[in-house]
Formats: sequence, structure tokens, C-alpha cells
Amino acid sequence: MAAQVFAFIVHKDGAADDSALELISAARSIFPDASPTAILTGAGAGLDAVCQAAAASYRQVWKFDQAALTYPNAELIRPLLLKVLPKGAVLLLPHNTFGMDLGPGLAVKMGVTFIPDVVGIDGLAGATLTVVRQEFNGQASTHLACNVSNGAVISVRSGSFRPEESRSAGGQVVDKSGEAAGLSARRRFVEVVQAEVGDVDITKEDVLVSVGRGFGDKENIPVAEELAQAMGAVVSCSRPIVDAKWLEKSRQVGTSGKTVKPKVYLALGISGSFQHMGGIKGNPFIVAVNKNPKAPIFQVANVGVVADVLEFVPELTEKIKEAK
Amino acid sequence: MKRNAEVGLFTKSSEFENIEGRMKMEILVCVKRVPDSAENEIEVKADGSDIKRDDLVYSVNEWDNYAVEEAIQIVDRVGGSVTVVSIGNTEAEEVVRREMAMGAHQGLLLVDPAFEGSDGRGIAAILKAAVQKGKYDMVFTGAQADDGAAQIGGMLSALLDWPYASLVNKIEVQNGQTLKIGREIEGGNQEINEIEMPCVLSIQTGINEPRYVGIRGIRKVASVEIPVMNAASLGVDAAAVGKAGAGVKRVDYFVPPAGAGAEILQGSTAEIAATLLDLLKAKGGLK
Repeated sequence: MAAQVFAFIVHKDGAADDSALELISAARSIFPDASPTAILTGAGAGLDAVCQAAAASYRQVWKFDQAALTYPNAELIRPLLLKVLPKGAVLLLPHNTFGMDLGPGLAVKMGVTFIPDVVGIDGLAGATLTVVRQEFNGQASTHLACNVSNGAVISVRSGSFRPEESRSAGGQVVDKSGEAAGLSARRRFVEVVQAEVGDVDITKEDVLVSVGRGFGDKENIPVAEELAQAMGAVVSCSRPIVDAKWLEKSRQVGTSGKTVKPKVYLALGISGSFQHMGGIKGNPFIVAVNKNPKAPIFQVANVGVVADVLEFVPELTEKIKEAK
Repeated sequence: MKRNAEVGLFTKSSEFENIEGRMKMEILVCVKRVPDSAENEIEVKADGSDIKRDDLVYSVNEWDNYAVEEAIQIVDRVGGSVTVVSIGNTEAEEVVRREMAMGAHQGLLLVDPAFEGSDGRGIAAILKAAVQKGKYDMVFTGAQADDGAAQIGGMLSALLDWPYASLVNKIEVQNGQTLKIGREIEGGNQEINEIEMPCVLSIQTGINEPRYVGIRGIRKVASVEIPVMNAASLGVDAAAVGKAGAGVKRVDYFVPPAGAGAEILQGSTAEIAATLLDLLKAKGGLK
């Protein structure tokens, strides 16, 4: 089947998100000859800059410039896309906080299949697209057979497809701003409140001792703090630790927390969800300690210890103190 | 909805509490019973047809639990009631009862063999029918569940043609018509929006601290009758849901071929700790 393929480009401060180039590869793993059209919404000079940059990678770039679109409000962008996308369109978007807001409702409104958080594409046979997803927090994978005869909205996990870096499209920007006039929604963007700054800046640390759910109780956090102290490191954590209010938000590593780039990262009792790993950059040496040998963290760590953190960590702390 | 008129009766700020008390928000929270992935090692059956479910610990989806707690807290502030709905059989009833023990006022079970094998859109269509049987100001879902799709809330809002916000981590009732909400976005920042009611919100963990439910709490609601509706009583076209109506079908479960993966250290705890000490020294992990 032939379909018109589109990629929604998320951007901020005049620069496109990493997903912009990954969506091209994702599109081509479905339709090898695809030349997807990039869709960008926003306002002013920042939008122009990112549209020009996108035209290096996409042969066609649709620009929707309206003051109302200055901030990407999915409730405004959904009706816009419904209006401008042709029948049978396949739209790719990133599985991030914007894609989650926009995608499911858009697919329903378009009357097409929604395929969320795709990590791989197995191929298209007729109108059936087979994709790979993960379930149970990355502990099991699954193939899904999806009916894309009417089109599809597909959200793609960050980092799952190789970025298409060639920048040889020599594309053109088509100004479609007129079609975005007069949009309204029952949800209005007010402001972004920046995350609080904590007492330590984990983004600047070389060695992080990171605490996860495996610690079981707030009372056990000192077990990690003692190790960190012995190592001369700083304590960071995964999301559930912040949700449970055991540590401050400023210590959270992950897409919804801080992006860190240490040299050494100890993941203690952390399962290693993609949201957590998304916050670790710079290819550190990762040590994982987890009692579940199936924990996804062991796929990405350099060294693993299958053990209960509360039993193993004090032993390690002792060894380090002795060695000093 | 007579709330407009009621609000108009009071103008003095000292009577704001009274107004809040008269808003009476009706909130529906959609919950799912799932294997607790923090407590379980998930293993795939040899034939790939499913995961091994026999020995799994099940519980209410973690995100849903935060959604129920948030609904209860809102109703505690402004009045109204909380209904918890789940699709499934007697096992789903356990989960609904647990959330009622937290303080939800009513339960509702949607049970029909025709619902089995539904994809996300099918689930949303069943829930839409349930929403339309009531008069709700807000419908909550968890931001995601065990399959990580994060799709039901958005689909439900589109079917209802109600406004939607995902990943909500703050809710303030402003008046009878609008809410001020926070959405969790990248970097731990919070996106503040105003949203009109009725609306659908997907709730992120960390929005509150869900209360503990003890055995006594569960006993209290053990005999409360929970209404059950099926496709016919909901007015759901059985052919449009379930496996037949699904645009997305699961082919199999599988274990992805292991990548390089971690080198798993072997030996006694003392031996492993000693090896790790050497590695940490070598990699600059000790100061």
C-alpha cells in the first residue's frame, strides 16, 4: 500500500527534538521509499529557524505559524491536523509528553489505528503493519499486527530508530499558516513552571549512587547515603522514590527529572525503565544491583549483581571503607 | 447543571467555602487490575501466547490508585462523589472494592464476553458508554498501565468530544466550569493549563500520596453491592469491540534477543563486593 507519510516535529527554543531525525528512519522502516513530510507548528523566528533546519532532512516541510500555536497545545493542534492531513495519512510522532497528549485522541478523530510507543518495525504486508512494543515496564516484548488500511497514528519511542543524519533532502518549506487561523480549544495553556532547584546539582556529578524501588522503605535510604559517602559520590534516584517523597525531585534521574552525564552510575534497586535510562547520557560505566534477574537494567548495564540491595550494598560500603 | 446560578447567589469571599461545598463534582475513575511489575518477574510462556500468569501478584494499576486518591481529595474539598469503574470479571471486582475501601463512593463493573480481546479503542468505546450512563464532570484514568500505551484517556476524550489533558500532576477546582491543572512535562517542569469541564484527565504518579487501605477498610465495603453492566445494558455494539473490532491485535509475547548486556558478577557476596571495588577504582568511581 502507498500512503502519504507525515512526521510531527517537536521543537523548543528554535531547535528540533532528537526525534525529528529518528522519525525519518522509522518511516522508512515501514515504507522503504517514504519521503515523509514534516509538520511544524509554532510562531515567529524560532519556528522559521527550525523549519529551515528540517528542510535539510525532509523534502517537504509544512509550516503553521500562528500566535495561538506559540506553545504546543495538543488540544489546538489536534483539530488543525484533522483539517490538513489527507485521507489515509500515516502520521509519526514522538512518544513523549506531547505525543501522549496528542496521539490517541487524534487517531480516534481520524478514524485510524493508533500504535503507541513503538520500539521496532517488523514490516508491512498488505494493510497489516507488524510492530514491536514493550510491556510490563520493559520485562516482555510483543508483536502487534495493526490494520493501517485507513492510515495510522504511530508514536515512536525516543532512541529506538537511528537518526537520519545525511541532511541531503534539499527540501522546501511550505507556509500553510492560513489553514491554522481561528483555532480554539477548551484547554488553554497558561505557563510553564520550572522544576525546583535542589541542594545538590546531580547533573554536574561524576559519580552517582542511584536509589530505586528496591530499597523498599524510606528508612533504608541511609544505606545508599553511606555508600555514596564512602565513595565520595552523590545520591540520585528513580521516579518512584520521588513519588513516595523519600527524596527530593531535584535528585530524580530520567526524562521527567534530570538528565545526568556521570562517569560512573550505580543503579541500585532500579528496574531501568526507558524513561529512567532516557535521563542518562554520555555513556557512563553502569553498575546494576537488582534482585530481579529479568530487570531491563541488566540489558544496559556494564556490570550486574543479582542481589537484594539491602543485603549487598552494606557489604560493598564496608569493602570500600576497608580499602581506604 | 445548576452550578452557574448557585455561584451567582454568593458574592462575598467569606462564603466561598459554601460555594465550593455546593459544586458537587461527579468524578468517574477508570481502573485496571494488572500484574504488579515491581513485585513480579515477568516470564513469557514457551509458545509466546501470553506471559506466565499463575504465580503473579496482581494489584490495581499504580497510576489508577493515584487517580482515585485525587478524586477523593477533590470531592472532600468541594463535595460530590467518586465512582470507580473497571472492565473485567470477578477479579476486577476485587480492585474496585479496594478503591472503594479508599473512599470511592460507588463502584461499577463492565462485564461481557464480547469485551475480551478489545484493543485500546475498544476499551475506550466501552468506557464511553459507561460515562454516558452517568453525569460526570471529570473522568480520570491512570496515565498508563501495564502495557505502557498511555492511550485510553485520550481516546475516551475524543469519543466523548470532551477536552483532555495527559500526565496531570496537579488539579485545582476554580469554579463550576473550569479546572486549573498541571501537566508533567520533560525535565520535571510543569505545564499549567485551564481546562473546561466536563473533561478527561490522565493522572500521573506523584500527584498525591495515596492512602493506605487496611483489611478493616476492605471488610467495611465487602458487602456493598457493585452494579454490573454488559454490552446490551451499556448500548455497546458488540461487533465494534472485543477481538473482532480490534485494529490492533497482539501476535505474541517474546523475549528480545539479549544484547551485550551486563556482565553478571558471580561468587559470594564478599567476592562480588571485592571485584566491584576494583572495577569502581579503575573506572574513577571512588574519590
